[in-house]
Amino acid sequence: MKALHKLIEERVKPNFTGDGKLKRFWVVFDALETFLFTPGHTTKKGVHIRDGIDLKRTMFLVIVAMVPALLFGTWNIGHQYYLSLGDITTADPWNAMLLDKLIVGAIKVVPLIVVSYATGLGIEFIIAGMNGHAINEGFLVSGMLIPLIMPVDVPLWMVAVATAFAVLIAKEVFGGTGMNILNVALTARAFLFFAYPKQMSGEIWIHNVMAAKTGGVLADGYTGATALGHLANTVGQPVNGEVSNGVMSMFADGGMFSLMNCFIGTIPGSVAETSALAALIGAAILIWTGIGSWRIISSFIVGGLVMGVIFNALGLNAYMTIGPVHQIVMGGFMFGAVFMATDPVSAAQTNTGKWIYGFLGGFFSIMIRVFNPAYPEGVMMAILFMNVMAPTIDHYVVEANIRRREKRLDASAAVA
Amino acid sequence: MPASVKIRKGLDIRLKGGAHGDTHALSAADRFSIHPTDFHGLVPRMAVKAGTEVKAGDVLFTDKKNPSIQFVSAISGTAQEPVRGEKRRILRVDVVAGGAGEATFPGLQASGSAEDVRSAMLAHGFWPMLRQRPFDVMPAPDSQPRDIFVSAHDSAPLAPSAAQVLGDRMEAFRQGLAFLNTLMGGGKKVQLGIEAGDDTFSGVTEADITAFSGPHPAGNVGVQIHEVAPMNKGEVVWTIGLQDVANLGEGLTAGRFVGKRTVALTGSRSQPALLSTTIGTPMAHIAKDRVSMEDTRVISGNVLTGTERGDDGALGFFDQQVTCIPEGHEPLFFLTKGWLGPGFDKFSASRAFPTWLMPKGKEYDLNTNNNGEERAFVVSGQYDAVFPFDIYPVQLIKSIMVGDIDRMEKLGIYEVAPEDFALCEYVCTSKLAVQDIVRKGLDQMIEEFA
Repeated sequence: MKALHKLIEERVKPNFTGDGKLKRFWVVFDALETFLFTPGHTTKKGVHIRDGIDLKRTMFLVIVAMVPALLFGTWNIGHQYYLSLGDITTADPWNAMLLDKLIVGAIKVVPLIVVSYATGLGIEFIIAGMNGHAINEGFLVSGMLIPLIMPVDVPLWMVAVATAFAVLIAKEVFGGTGMNILNVALTARAFLFFAYPKQMSGEIWIHNVMAAKTGGVLADGYTGATALGHLANTVGQPVNGEVSNGVMSMFADGGMFSLMNCFIGTIPGSVAETSALAALIGAAILIWTGIGSWRIISSFIVGGLVMGVIFNALGLNAYMTIGPVHQIVMGGFMFGAVFMATDPVSAAQTNTGKWIYGFLGGFFSIMIRVFNPAYPEGVMMAILFMNVMAPTIDHYVVEANIRRREKRLDASAAVA
Repeated sequence: MPASVKIRKGLDIRLKGGAHGDTHALSAADRFSIHPTDFHGLVPRMAVKAGTEVKAGDVLFTDKKNPSIQFVSAISGTAQEPVRGEKRRILRVDVVAGGAGEATFPGLQASGSAEDVRSAMLAHGFWPMLRQRPFDVMPAPDSQPRDIFVSAHDSAPLAPSAAQVLGDRMEAFRQGLAFLNTLMGGGKKVQLGIEAGDDTFSGVTEADITAFSGPHPAGNVGVQIHEVAPMNKGEVVWTIGLQDVANLGEGLTAGRFVGKRTVALTGSRSQPALLSTTIGTPMAHIAKDRVSMEDTRVISGNVLTGTERGDDGALGFFDQQVTCIPEGHEPLFFLTKGWLGPGFDKFSASRAFPTWLMPKGKEYDLNTNNNGEERAFVVSGQYDAVFPFDIYPVQLIKSIMVGDIDRMEKLGIYEVAPEDFALCEYVCTSKLAVQDIVRKGLDQMIEEFA
């Protein structure tokens, strides 16, 4: 590898430095070179040795944690597709047509990932070039999260627009990586939902379901709506009315949205959000490596469960009677808890603050989801809301620390 | 039984090359050097001209702001032209060995007056052994401390134990404590922090003893102050090193300057040893025949807070350890040794490398590579995990960066010294220079109060 490094240093680098032809692209060169080789920089002042970890490895491990969700989501896209066509029966969802499902999934997922990274990294490179600073690794994670929380059939140009909006408005205007207030990936999704509400509703959760419907090849009883979409219909209906009972039957054992199906994730939904199991595997990786905050993840889940229990006790409509565990394995709750709420930049920074932040995030997720049937997915709104509240939470936590110190000063003054 | 405190937050960095076994006496060096830069903020005023013959204990320079504080030579010889850096700032004051005799003064007794102790310390080179908090600087000649803290538990990587560095100097150490008690007056005793389970100090009655257990920085005097009697605004606490207490006891009693120092030579590039010598010994003399100098960083002190003192430098005034580790100039290919490599040779506070699965006893040969580039601050909770103070480190650092004096004060800057943030700096994913930031914050406070 020394030869490769020598080649880069002697042949490639001069083009980008000094009067080299490509000096305007120095940032690009620098990013790629430091990607290949951690520089031989040594410590200058302060500590003489440094921890092995850097931002690149941190971000990479987050992506590793997302892989189970990504793989399952890819499979599930194909699975839902063939399910909608009636080509497979729900009785044997696992073995049938494994390769076909993965291919259909990959055809949908790979372009989403490519568009997200191309748009986001393109903007990052341009801005870093304009400002002359090194490219931060933050978008490596955001760029993967964005496709994972998109509806399957979202047009690619919308992904590009949303990514551009999120990178520019949510991140760069605040000063780039580490400075943003809102989670970048969630901002992209929120942008789409508010900018293109028409296109973002209906049957875009399953690949090609619209065409199947018009073509008359849609399987009987398959609607393509998500679990939360179905449940939203029960709001305003009597608890044991016809509509409610119809919907609730899907959530009983053996139904399409049974507890087990929701947990495993064999249900319609955004690309990688459906599987609570895959998200929990990701959580295990994040907590294990010490990169994700176990405080936020666990308190987020507890917050959701508590709200679920409260709704159970109220029981005003069928939606509220869904069990708390069932509530949190549906929709994007688990994915949000593990990958969105834990974003260290937009979350609370103090340990006490993280408990409060996570709990309220989970609590509001379920609350918004049930109270606002026009907008089924509450997790996104709840986390964005908590992103905004996080500095306030931290403020009060730090103020408590300051007051503790002032009290000590008063006490010592009283003795003296 | 002393009171005991268990520190939970922190990190023990397990390096190769700890010093064990007997202490060897190092031969006398041909030079004695003081780096005025060891005393933060000190502007020296030379008291001797180049070529002057000095005896051990004779003054070399004084503090320009407080001329009564005198810095003396530990050996007899010939004073040299000071080594200067930018803007003629004095970096090093040398005495080349030769000649005999020593400067003496009437010996003191601990039962004497506080004023006698104070003036003898000022006039005969002992005062610079003191450091004060807040601000981590040398105390002013007229300053009066609330408490004096001594840590007999050096928990830094590869640091020697109290028994190793104190050796048979217990009597001198106890005399030193007695002098410090006299200096404080009011029947107060020095606060001594020891390592839990260390029975070296079981007979010491001249100090209030607290035993500390847990990972580094359990032995940092700042942590011990915070646990025993945290500092408030307006209070002043002094600290002094374990060996300097013994030097003080021996010197004031005998009426001469004593600057003995037992040093642990450590690190993977050295043949570890315990060496007894004096302060101001050139590093080359300590390292001679014991360190492979090729691409090696020679540090006076430990790897977290020490100073690079290769070439012509000398042992730091407060240091009782020399660490020699390999430099890390090599670029690291991302798949083998770099950020995406397996990382069997990396040590990390996180569990991002498989080494966290290794048995607790495994020791690492770490080099000076930065292991990444400086980045924006992203990861939260990292500093808190290794910072045992009831202070929010990130918030304090941010208040320093924006220069908000009021907020620094509220967030507890009076209690801390840069060394308390050394582990925060070590674990930082974004590779920020945390100790330097804290030092700047403290300097800003000093200016504010000046």
